[in-house]
Amino acid sequence: MILWDWIPRNLGTIGQQLLQHLQLSLIPVVVALVVSVPLGWLANRSPALRAVLVPAAGLLYTIPSIVLFVMLPGVLGTRIDSPLNIQIALTVYTVALLVRSVADALAAVPSMVVAAATAMGFRPGRRFVSVELPLAVPVLIAGLRVATVSNISLVSVGALIGVGGLGALLTQGFQEFFPTKIIIGVVLIVVLALLADALLLLLGRYITPWVRAGAGARSKA
Amino acid sequence: MNILNQLVSWFADPAHWSGSGGVPIRLLEHLYYSGLALLIGLVVALPIGLAVGHTGKGSFLIVGLANGLRALPELGVLILLVLFMGIGLIPVVIALSILAIPPLLAGAYAGIRNVDPAVVDAARGVGMREQQVLFKVELPNALPLILGGLRSAALQVIATAAVASFVSFGGFGRYIFDGLRIRDYPQMAAGALLVAALALAVEGVLALVQRSVVSPGLRASGGARRSPTADVASTPEPAQPDDPSPAPELAGVKR
Repeated sequence: MILWDWIPRNLGTIGQQLLQHLQLSLIPVVVALVVSVPLGWLANRSPALRAVLVPAAGLLYTIPSIVLFVMLPGVLGTRIDSPLNIQIALTVYTVALLVRSVADALAAVPSMVVAAATAMGFRPGRRFVSVELPLAVPVLIAGLRVATVSNISLVSVGALIGVGGLGALLTQGFQEFFPTKIIIGVVLIVVLALLADALLLLLGRYITPWVRAGAGARSKA
Repeated sequence: MNILNQLVSWFADPAHWSGSGGVPIRLLEHLYYSGLALLIGLVVALPIGLAVGHTGKGSFLIVGLANGLRALPELGVLILLVLFMGIGLIPVVIALSILAIPPLLAGAYAGIRNVDPAVVDAARGVGMREQQVLFKVELPNALPLILGGLRSAALQVIATAAVASFVSFGGFGRYIFDGLRIRDYPQMAAGALLVAALALAVEGVLALVQRSVVSPGLRASGGARRSPTADVASTPEPAQPDDPSPAPELAGVKR
């Protein structure tokens, strides 16, 4: 089923596709994080904005990835096989997912903690950066993990319209009737996703030492 | 905008509305594959989800499955199945069912688990047998999350059924891939738009169904009753009745 000697002969190509896959899936996560923290903050502060932002995010998340991949060139004027289409679409999905996480996480910060910080003389800006945001990190990391893993998997759909990193192995494998490519592609995508997930989990633990120290730290899958 | 005009003229062309390649037939194809896959998914996932939720045994499996399948590129599964089983309805429906199972399972499981334990105790206290507890108390209380899982599964199946057209298959995805092959962008965009419209329509219909079958009592008090519980320090709020997504780790997979 797998022609093992195909792998060493094509390491260069696979490496390039891997690199493209990472660029296509991870750049959107970074951009979306920068965008969604202020948006989530706004949604948490103003109920009216929340009533617009959260349902809008839900609606955007409903749109299938292949739809955005195909529609964006028409809307943006990009070429159909431009990596930008994939990156922008995935950024939209990641923002849609994170805005809610951020808003919910900020809402869950105990009001007594906020009051204590205020009483100690924190101004709203610094209070947000050094008290509220750190307390929101566990939920934020959970959202980031979901978004990162699904981005890595979604990039492969982009291969259908010509840009898909490792996804190209899937479509080529189908067109050439060559299962080796498909299996290698699937395995690499899954491994990449699980690695990214584990790294984010570790990062989350590292930057929130108080969660482990606190009583009743629940171990989660 | 240019693309808008092209889309309007594509949809205005009567040739696109009749025959085997017309929008109505493509719609039926899309609904048929998706519906079949959802049905199979429900038959498999619902009993398991209810059983695991009720007994609490095997819950790690459900969370693991929901997470693990998120990473799996559905396109690869689809292509492999078609490559080994040949082009046809069966491999595609199998692939789509595999996709539908985790959200349905997670919805059923989380729904039952999230039922207020005091309510379940009360049901046992008034002398209900286990089966009655499950079907008369836990199931109605779990309905919001079960239907949330169904909505999430339906969306994923509809989205992936469009992708399935890549391996020569009907449905709205046909327009996308036929258009791509002959460099006919308006046809691609029309196909994409139809997929989006179908996804949103199904989402809307299921939201209405959810509203009409879920007990009004759950809607009024559901969110408020649960939020003061103590163990939410590190977990997000439990999903509220109108909310399609359970906790992030059980949330639907994006397709």
